[in-house]
Amino acid sequence: MSVILVFLLVIAGFAGWWLSHQRLTTKPWLEQGVAGDFVGLDRSALPTAKIGLGVFLAVVGCLFSLFTSAYFMRMGLSDWRPLPLPRLLWLNTGVLVLSSIALQCAVVAARQGQIDMVRLGLATAGLTALAFLVGQLMAWRQMTDDGYLLSSNPANSFFYLITGMHGLHILGGLVGLGRTTVGAWNGARPGRLRLGVELCAMYWHFLLFVWLAIFALLAGWAATFIDICRQLLT
Amino acid sequence: MVDITPADGIPPAEVAEVELYHPHSWWTKYVFSQDAKVIAIQYSATATGIGLVALVLSWLMRLQLGFPGTFDFITPEAYYQFITMHGMIMVIYLLTALFLGGFGNYLIPLMVGARDMVFPYVNMLSYWIYLLAVLVLVSSFFAPGGPTGAGWTLYPPQAIMSGTPGGQDWGIILMLSSLILFIIGFTMGGLNYVVTVLQGRTRGMTMMRLPLTVWGIFTATVMALLAFPALFVACVMMLLDRALGTSFFMPAISEMGEQLQHNGGSPILFQHLFWFFGHPEVYIVALPAFGIVSDLISTHARKNIFGYRMMVWAIVGIGALSFVVWAHHMYVSGMDPYFGFFFATTTLIIAVPTAIKVYNWVLTLWRGDIHLTIPMLFALAFIVTFVNGGLTGLFLGNVVVDVPLSDTMFVVAHFHMVMGVAPILVVFGAIYHWYPKVTGRMLDEMLGRFHFWVTFLGAYLIFFPMHYLGLMGVPRRYAELTDMTIMTESAHHLNSFISIMAFIVGFAQMVFLFNLIWSIRHGREAGGNPWRATTLEWQTPHTPPTHGNFGKDLPIVYRWAYDYSVPGAKEDFIPQNMPGSFGPSREPA
Amino acid sequence: MAVALVLVLVVVGSVLFHLLSPWWWTPIASNWSYIDNTIIITFWITGVVFAAVVLFMAYCVFRFRHRDGNRAAYEPENKRLESWLTIVTAVGVTALLVPGLFVWSRFVNVPSDATDVEVVGQQWQWSFRLPGKDGKLGTSDTRDVTADNPLGVIASDPNGQDDVVVEAADLHLPVGKPVKMLLRSIDVLHDFYVPEFRAKMDMIPGSVTYFWFTPTKTGTFQVLCAELCGQGHPLMHGVVMVDTQQDYLAWLGQQQTFAQLSAPQQTGSADQAPGKTTASGLKIAAKLETVGSR
Repeated sequence: MSVILVFLLVIAGFAGWWLSHQRLTTKPWLEQGVAGDFVGLDRSALPTAKIGLGVFLAVVGCLFSLFTSAYFMRMGLSDWRPLPLPRLLWLNTGVLVLSSIALQCAVVAARQGQIDMVRLGLATAGLTALAFLVGQLMAWRQMTDDGYLLSSNPANSFFYLITGMHGLHILGGLVGLGRTTVGAWNGARPGRLRLGVELCAMYWHFLLFVWLAIFALLAGWAATFIDICRQLLT
Repeated sequence: MVDITPADGIPPAEVAEVELYHPHSWWTKYVFSQDAKVIAIQYSATATGIGLVALVLSWLMRLQLGFPGTFDFITPEAYYQFITMHGMIMVIYLLTALFLGGFGNYLIPLMVGARDMVFPYVNMLSYWIYLLAVLVLVSSFFAPGGPTGAGWTLYPPQAIMSGTPGGQDWGIILMLSSLILFIIGFTMGGLNYVVTVLQGRTRGMTMMRLPLTVWGIFTATVMALLAFPALFVACVMMLLDRALGTSFFMPAISEMGEQLQHNGGSPILFQHLFWFFGHPEVYIVALPAFGIVSDLISTHARKNIFGYRMMVWAIVGIGALSFVVWAHHMYVSGMDPYFGFFFATTTLIIAVPTAIKVYNWVLTLWRGDIHLTIPMLFALAFIVTFVNGGLTGLFLGNVVVDVPLSDTMFVVAHFHMVMGVAPILVVFGAIYHWYPKVTGRMLDEMLGRFHFWVTFLGAYLIFFPMHYLGLMGVPRRYAELTDMTIMTESAHHLNSFISIMAFIVGFAQMVFLFNLIWSIRHGREAGGNPWRATTLEWQTPHTPPTHGNFGKDLPIVYRWAYDYSVPGAKEDFIPQNMPGSFGPSREPA
Repeated sequence: MAVALVLVLVVVGSVLFHLLSPWWWTPIASNWSYIDNTIIITFWITGVVFAAVVLFMAYCVFRFRHRDGNRAAYEPENKRLESWLTIVTAVGVTALLVPGLFVWSRFVNVPSDATDVEVVGQQWQWSFRLPGKDGKLGTSDTRDVTADNPLGVIASDPNGQDDVVVEAADLHLPVGKPVKMLLRSIDVLHDFYVPEFRAKMDMIPGSVTYFWFTPTKTGTFQVLCAELCGQGHPLMHGVVMVDTQQDYLAWLGQQQTFAQLSAPQQTGSADQAPGKTTASGLKIAAKLETVGSR
């Protein structure tokens, strides 16, 4: 359970940072009047939707940390037999990186008001994300053809479970991206469009990060990395 | 949403009617409503409905335990189905949904001075997914093989094996699916509650001016958002084990002389995941209760809550600590026994902030002006019950004391006291307190007092003696307490007594339901602020509040939520939105 | 008034119930009186706190109940009082925790002279295995469980040949000798629990858990399963008999070893043993059936 605890520690860090700005040690009964004098005490200047997405990403992060924790706990047992990952996953990773880059371009374009570039970026991001999903399915096919079935070994089960869960999140993201893209073509208000594109980009970058983390996990590098850290500490 | 003046991050004082979704038809006004108050009532009604099912199930269980062998239709199989559904419904579908979905939805926007939740559409979806989860759960009663009988902890391997009711039928599949749906729905609602507290607060409403109710619900929601994924992960993995034959939790098993296909899974892994959710869950239910009871005591004792800052820190501290105590549910699970040292220590540390909260409640009574209204009675009863249940937690949290007591009736008595009866007493108190705001009428006083005394004393008489059955060694989750050397004749009598009390207490709840429905039309008119309370929900221009809550202008907050009996003020309460400076040695702002 | 009175009655009633009621733990039959002592300490500390808090509340309700013209005092907080209460609570909690952890370290550290006894749980019966003359238990695997080898002892392990197998029958233990109970399950979670011994631990399929104790009284004790294990759970009883050394040896002499049970010339008894398993397993299943058809 160490991974999830580390993740929660990070969350606790954020929460602590935020709480430290709420003047928790003041004596509220001594302060009367509008709190306007305490600038920055009220809500954040960030758009509410972004904060909402941030909270949601914390939940998603929690979910994948828990899968990782479970993976490590199971890995610790003696009969663990890791499975060889298909090379195709490297290509998929590249495609997903492209998708993120495209969305980042769309964000930059939206900030500068270049609607054509926004449309191009959104379309590219959507198509590459779809390509990533297709690639993942092909990787699954390849694995089952090679005899690494879902239920034949815990390592296999974890592989399908975690990649599947990540794929579902991309799929959900595509719904949001689709809505934004439709808006980009149908002339949504620039401010709204910009927010939509930024939210999509935020989500995409996060899922890219999650993918890189679970790729490292499934390939076994994460375990090696932790071993090295442990040796350095002791 | 509300536009923010970019200059200093402070919203303007006057906020026009903002982008609320205005309903156009009866359907969008009362059914597919995006108004948090309607959603709150929908949540509460659904939770109460399914809670009644769980109440009836508890009666059936008590019939079997109190009068063994008398009721033929309660087979062991049926008994385990009752016990499982009773536990799961009460913990998740009633208490969690009621506190966060019900009270959270109603009170957060009103108390922080917002027109609605920040994402009303998502909020509406949250309820409908919750309803779907409840329906899936209910459908398992009608599925072939009936609902699952794996116990509310759903421990594998038995949860998905044929020796357990529903293990190889639809029961467990429907249960896991329902939980997954519930978590998805809850996450949608939870995002709203958290972000509304972060971003929806009106001008002047700093975090330290929030009523403790909002602090409790806010912290509990943050915890729930971080803890429910653990249950989600466990459910998904078990569902795969059951449906697709994977072996996440299933080791090699020889069942009744037959080797199963599974191999290499770890049952302990499930327990870690389950309790990583399960322990915070206790506080997800308790923290809103803590918050609400603080406000009830303060309002009805006409005195500020004693040590507000300590109360806030304690809520946050308990929330954070509760993530590092989960394995105290697993002292005798066969995990590495050396974990016991760590988890016993963290568990007992949590007792300190919890005790501080109790002290501050009773110190609020000290030199107060105590109005013994029904909400106050329930608050007092909560303290008694919670102190009792919390103290028995010190037995079970102390690892070595837990060894003889775990899995006995002592545990059943403990958790019913501390997270069953105690939060439910707060729910009742809160309903008597806020019902006038929701409906505009008071609940009937006579029926209320009857309900209170029977519920408080009855529940105490059920669960206090039950501890001693556990001390004798009577195990929990036994469909039959026969052929046991430790069960003396008198212990059987005690069990019958507990069962009879359970029926009486359950009956009192019917009186309460009658009161709820009857008073909508026949209750005494309440007016806008019958308790003379300070918080914003009592200052709305309309009672019940209309869509948008506050009329044309949002209220501006000038003071904290507990200005009761301030020296120099004419009235013994000053609403949060009243300007002016009162009291001794105050710094005008 | 009535409320304050009831609160006082709750305290008085609870204390009287604690002192006078006939329901109390069973007489202890093992060395774990430490645990009982820790519970007594906990009862004292928590009892005092409960009485203090509720009686204080009762006094407040009586003394500060609303009367016309009353007005509450104004006191937002009292740092000193709160700090003192925190410190006192911390001390009280420490007083509970320290003896608890001290006893727990005894509980997890098995004395070196403890003899191994294996308990195997399955739906819904108990079996036992004692090491033979070599003092070692042979290894086992759930995959090796068959009708002839109900405990899944690995036949190729020489240590296992002389193990005494007690299948679906009573376990005997010599009084005064520490035993380490090695707990194993071949299907679901179970929990080996004898109330008089105070100790218990879950059994998990796929791994071996343990606890230890020293029986201090001769007699017959009932084994209960304390972890929900399916619909036969409440019927999963067993018997542990604590004997004098003499009686114990006499009993041990009648038992059969793994080798004897699986040897070809012993087919009679080997058949009998698995027959017994099925009979016993079926007995509960049959009982459930009759309950179901009632």
